[in-house]
Amino acid sequence: MRLAEEMGFAAEQCRGLTRAVDEALANIIRHAYDGRPGQPIELLCRRLQDRAHGKQRGGLEILIVDHGAAADRKSLCGRSLDDVRPGGLGVHFIKEAVDVMQYTSRARTNQLRLVKYLPATKLGAKTVKGE
Amino acid sequence: MQISTRRLDKTAILDISGDIDLAHSTEVRRMVLFEFRQNRTPRVILNLHDVNYIDSSGVASLVEGLKAARDVGSRLILYGLSPIAHEVLQLSKLLKIFEIYDTEDMALEA
Repeated sequence: MRLAEEMGFAAEQCRGLTRAVDEALANIIRHAYDGRPGQPIELLCRRLQDRAHGKQRGGLEILIVDHGAAADRKSLCGRSLDDVRPGGLGVHFIKEAVDVMQYTSRARTNQLRLVKYLPATKLGAKTVKGE
Repeated sequence: MQISTRRLDKTAILDISGDIDLAHSTEVRRMVLFEFRQNRTPRVILNLHDVNYIDSSGVASLVEGLKAARDVGSRLILYGLSPIAHEVLQLSKLLKIFEIYDTEDMALEA
């Protein structure tokens, strides 16, 4: 994920974000659209800049929107990995990769919002490249 | 993704290349299950050296293969995991569940 790399996320975090988006898209294709080809999926990425308590932190927000069947809320909770069985790992991969995962469904529009933050820095502090 | 089978005595070695993802994991699952359920192969080794990417459906195929192996008293062995494939199995807490070796020689000697 080039944007994540440019924003300064570590290679492992970039791989995690790529995996999260891939798993989210796979879930939409399999479950929301029941494998039907040619259905619309919108993917939006944007940089975030939050300021609070004298600190600022940047982040990457990813919105994935589909117009298929809404996800079963229980399936978004993931499952215990102590139970060795196929299935249910995709949500785990997504949760491992991001700081925020929010799912909303209204009027046949389903939106998955994923956010990954960069480490917070003190306001006014200069960031020296390489540190 | 490409998958081909070599046979050495009572062992089947499946050479897999490409991505084991939503589009291709069913083929991996089908071939692995065929070895255990139809051929009753005592030992199946998956060569993952040329696998670039495994998603959750790919991991699920491997887990199904492992369960099928256990059901018939056979073994499923993996070798040549790329760092990305290793990372995915680590995230899934499955590294200790599978028999994993670095090389084909090590897998065959196990």
